Amino acid sequence: MGARIERVDTAAVVRGSLQGRRFNPGGLAFEASLLLMLLVSLAVLVTLLADIIGGAIPVFRDRGLDFVTSGITLDSDTAGVWTGLLGSVAITLVVAVVAFPMGIGAAIYLEEYAPGNSMTRFIQTNIRNLAGVPSIVYGLLGLAVFVRLVDLIGLGGSGSTAGRNVVSAGITLAVLVLPIVIITASEALRAVPDAIREAGFGVGATRWEVVRHHVLPAAAPGVLTGTVLALARAFGETAPLLVIGVATGFFSAGSASVFDRLTGTYTALPVVVLSWSRQADPAFKEHLAPAAILVLLVVLFVANAAAITLRNKYDRDW
Amino acid sequence: MGPPIATIDLRGEPRRLRREQRMRRLFLAAAVVSIVISISIVVSLLGNAISFFTGVDTASLLDVGWFPRRSRFDLITPTAGTTVMSVIAMVVATPLGLGAAIYLSEYAKPRLRRMLKPILEVLAGIPSVVLGFFALLWIGPNIVVDLLHSPKPATILTASIGVGILVTPLVASVSEDALRAVPRSLREASYGLGAKKSTTVRRVVVPAALSGIVASLILGLSRAIGETMVTFMAAGAVGGALRTWNPLDSGTTLTAAIASVATGSDQVAGEALAFDGVFALGITLFFITLGLNWLSDRFVRKVREKY
Repeated sequence: MGARIERVDTAAVVRGSLQGRRFNPGGLAFEASLLLMLLVSLAVLVTLLADIIGGAIPVFRDRGLDFVTSGITLDSDTAGVWTGLLGSVAITLVVAVVAFPMGIGAAIYLEEYAPGNSMTRFIQTNIRNLAGVPSIVYGLLGLAVFVRLVDLIGLGGSGSTAGRNVVSAGITLAVLVLPIVIITASEALRAVPDAIREAGFGVGATRWEVVRHHVLPAAAPGVLTGTVLALARAFGETAPLLVIGVATGFFSAGSASVFDRLTGTYTALPVVVLSWSRQADPAFKEHLAPAAILVLLVVLFVANAAAITLRNKYDRDW
Repeated sequence: MGPPIATIDLRGEPRRLRREQRMRRLFLAAAVVSIVISISIVVSLLGNAISFFTGVDTASLLDVGWFPRRSRFDLITPTAGTTVMSVIAMVVATPLGLGAAIYLSEYAKPRLRRMLKPILEVLAGIPSVVLGFFALLWIGPNIVVDLLHSPKPATILTASIGVGILVTPLVASVSEDALRAVPRSLREASYGLGAKKSTTVRRVVVPAALSGIVASLILGLSRAIGETMVTFMAAGAVGGALRTWNPLDSGTTLTAAIASVATGSDQVAGEALAFDGVFALGITLFFITLGLNWLSDRFVRKVREKY
C-alpha cells in the first residue's frame, strides 16, 4: 500500500518536471480555432434551417396540409407542391426499378464472380470515375441519349416535349446514382465473411445458389441502406432534370391518366423550389419556396432515418 | 457398399449448371453497363461538341461574353467564372473542412465526436438546390450586401460561399479518414519525445496524413467545379454574362451556363448552335473533373500504401 502511494508521488514529480509549462496558450488557441471551424459549420446549418423554417411557418400555419396536397398554380394563396411531389415520387420509382437490379447485379459480379484481372480493375476504376462525374453532365447524356431512346421505344408521348418525361428523367437519374448503388452494395457484399461462402460450396452449392441463399440475405441490410441513400440523392437532384427538359414554369397536370402522367410534361419537387425561388413575387420567394424546401427536407430526413434504422437493426458484426 | 463415386456424379445437375452460367452472364452484363455509360457520355458529348466547333464562327469564341442566344460564345467567360468561383469556394471550405476534420479526429472525445459528427453529415445530405436558395436569399442580402457592401446580392462571390459550404463536409470526411488512418504509434512516439499535443498534431499527424488531405482538397475542388444549382441560382447571370474576373460581379460558370441555356424559354432544342454549345461546355467539365478525380485517387492510394 505504502509503496503504491510513493510511486504515484514519483510519477507526479516526474510528470511535472517533464511537462514544463502546464499552461500552453499556443496549443489551446490551436484547439479553439479548430473547434471554431466546426462551430461555424454548425452555425451555418442552424441559420439555414432557421431561415427555411421561419419562412415556411406562415404557410403551414395558414394552410396546413393543404399546401402539400394542392397543385401548382399562379396564385400564391392556393399554390402547393403536390404536382412536384408526385413527379419526384414517380421519377424515384423509375430510378429504383432501373438502378436497384442493375447496381446489385454489377456489385455481385465484381465481388463474387469477377476474376482478379485487369478487366475487373478497369471496370472498378471506371465506376469510381463515374461517381465523380458532375450531375449536369449526366443531364447532357440524358438529353442526347435517353430522351431520344424513350421516344423511340414509344414511351415518349407526343408534341414538342416528346421524350421529355418521367421515364427519361428516371433513367437519367438512375444512371447518375448507379455508381453509388454499386459501390455501397459491393462494400456490403465484401463484409460477408468467406466462411459463409465456403460452407455453401462445401455442401455442393453452385456460386449462384451460395449468393442467392447465403451471401445476399447476409448483405441485404447494407445493400438496402445504400440503395435508400442513393434514392434520396436522386430525389433531391435538380441540375440534370433542367437539362433534360423538366417543366420549370407553371402548369397543371389536371386529371390525366396514369399513362399520360408517365409520358407527358412533369415537374419535380426540387425544380418547384427552384422556380419559386426565382419568382419576383415575394410571397413565392420568401414563403412558398422555403415551405417546399421543408417538404423536400422532411422526405429526405425520413428516407435517411429509415436507412439508418434498417442498418442498425439488421446489421451484424461477423 | 454401393458403386464407387465417379467424377460425373460430382459435376452436378446440368440444369443447375446452366442456370449458374445464365446468372453469371447476367451479372457480367450489369457490370459492363458502367463501361457502356462511360462510352456514351464521351461519344454523345464529343459528337455534339465537335459539331459546335465546326459550326461556330471562330470570332464569336473570343467575343465579349457568353450570350448563346445572341450567338456569342466566349468560352473564356464561363471558364473564368468557374475558376474564380472554385478558388473562393475552396478558400471557404479548406479551413472549415480541415479544421473540423482535425478537431474531430484528434481532439474530440468519443462522446463529443458522436454529437458533432452529425452536423457535417446533415450538411452533406442537403440538396444543392436548397443551398442555392440559401445563397440567393440569405448569404446574398446578409453577407455580401450588408457585410461586404456589395451593391447587389447575386454575385459570383455569393455563389462561391454557397458552394464552399456545400463542399465542406466532403473535405472534412475524406481528410478525417486520412487523419484517423495515421497509426497510433506515430502519436505515441511524438509524445514519448516530449512533444505537446498541438505540436504532435501539426508536426506529426497532419504531415503523415498529408496525401489524404491533399486528396480531399482536390476532390472538393472537383466537386465545386461540377456544382450547378448554387451558381445557377445565386451568381446572378440569367441567359448570359460578360467576361469578368471580379467576384463582386454577376457571372456564370461552365455548369450554370449549361443550365441557363437548358431552362431558356425556347428549351435547348430550339437553337442548334446553342444546343451544341452546352455539350462543348459539358465535355470540358467532364475532362476537368475526370483529371482531378484521377489525381485525388492517386493521393488516396498513397495513404493506403503507407499504412
